Amino acid sequence: MNLISIANSVLAVLLAPLMFGIINRTKAVFAGRTGQPLLQAYYDISKLFQKGAVYSNTTTWVFRAGPIVGFAAVLAATVFVPFGGLPALFAFKGDFVVMVYFLGLARFMTVLSALDTGSSFEGMGASREVTFSALAEPSFLIGLAAIAKYTGHISLSPMLAGINAASWGHAAPALALIGLAFFVVLLAENCRIPVDDPNTHLELTMIHEVMVLDHSGPDLGFIIYSSTLKLWLLGSVLIGIIVPVHSGIFLLDTVSSLLGMLGLAVVIGIIESTMARLRLLHVPQLLLGATALSILALVLVLR
Amino acid sequence: MDNSIDTIMVLLVLMNLMLLGLSSLGTCIRVVAAQGITLGILPLVIHGGIFDIRLTLFSAAIVGLKGIVFPLLLSWAMRDVNAQREVEPFIGYGKSVIAGPLALAVCMWLGSRLPLPLDIVSPMVMPVAFFTIMCGLFLIVSRKKALSQVLGYIVLENGIYTFGMVLAEKQPLLVELGILLDVFVAVFVMGIVIFHINREFDHIDTDRLSSLRS
Repeated sequence: MNLISIANSVLAVLLAPLMFGIINRTKAVFAGRTGQPLLQAYYDISKLFQKGAVYSNTTTWVFRAGPIVGFAAVLAATVFVPFGGLPALFAFKGDFVVMVYFLGLARFMTVLSALDTGSSFEGMGASREVTFSALAEPSFLIGLAAIAKYTGHISLSPMLAGINAASWGHAAPALALIGLAFFVVLLAENCRIPVDDPNTHLELTMIHEVMVLDHSGPDLGFIIYSSTLKLWLLGSVLIGIIVPVHSGIFLLDTVSSLLGMLGLAVVIGIIESTMARLRLLHVPQLLLGATALSILALVLVLR
Repeated sequence: MDNSIDTIMVLLVLMNLMLLGLSSLGTCIRVVAAQGITLGILPLVIHGGIFDIRLTLFSAAIVGLKGIVFPLLLSWAMRDVNAQREVEPFIGYGKSVIAGPLALAVCMWLGSRLPLPLDIVSPMVMPVAFFTIMCGLFLIVSRKKALSQVLGYIVLENGIYTFGMVLAEKQPLLVELGILLDVFVAVFVMGIVIFHINREFDHIDTDRLSSLRS
């Protein structure tokens, strides 16, 4: 255990909402607008934390616990993910499974609190969310398994540390496939555009937004915060694969990872500006395609 | 060099997976065209960029035929019979896409078990050739439209071509050209057949042809 690695979690908490700002700024540039301030997500979250919450009479403690447990689970997941020059705070064999299922716990609580409202509309969103995440999860786990096989470690920090520029030299196809699959998973899990539109409030197309309609005030703040953290978390795993700078110089490694995250946010923004949302029926195909890419990468690594 | 062949092989696998998962016939034809062009480049890559007039001509013939002529013929057939997409295949797209990597795993195992008389350029090539053949067969048996079945036939031939390309040094290029001619004629004939089926029955669903008596 490396105490200085707590900086990873601090960095995630501090910088995660900025990713939303960068994505929105990229979209604004594409649309020819000035756009929101880069720090808009921070303003939103602090505004929501100052408000009071409204609870429906039909809801129980599950509804109130959902956002807080969800936020705590995502925050707990950040201690398993290395970033830049620092390894993760906790590293043990099989910790990537724990990381994935902390995210799963967060999703489970969001779904439960959506169901707790008793609204059929939120139930529909919950059903969609669970369907899509059930399809995204194999892709992510099989991809991680492929990396574990390639590096010979089953803990996230040595796994990501085992990928460097040289491994891109002789295993480029497998790593590119994993990167692509993880990118699709990242878009799906964070409700970005080909899967879900984070801006829309059109009833029939929403997935994630629909589940949080009844949350207000600090609860909504926690939900927004945990969704930014989730983007940061999956992004840092992806960046660990596609920007594998392990020079040993702390500053260089961390700065290159931060630049990678910046690039990732810009790419997401470009995708959101240039692509349309997929039809709901085509989303499973996209996710199955990502799973196929992961399996292919695993097969390439196993041979 | 090893890495470039591996990249081509992965591209082939990805194109096969796309064919398994796509419903739009036009896109499928474009993917098959891209596959043909990739295969055309393959002999040049395998022989390591040494300029050889015979090899270059052969490559150009492959690219011309598989990358340009076949797709054009098929696009015309598609336009004539007015079939835009494959409707309700026997095995759904999601299942096909998942069956793909599993088949690849089987092919990898098969490739590792198969004793080869000579050294081959990359251990990837053999399984991918098998996999391409299997994908071709799968497309032929699981799709209903005659056009998709022709595409499956071309993919099948692409697999055989890859297989031959690796095992063969330069000598059997003549044989390869012979096969290519056969395939060309076959695609040509199939194009005509599709057209006639369509004119006779107003559709090209082959499973409905089993009850021809009327």
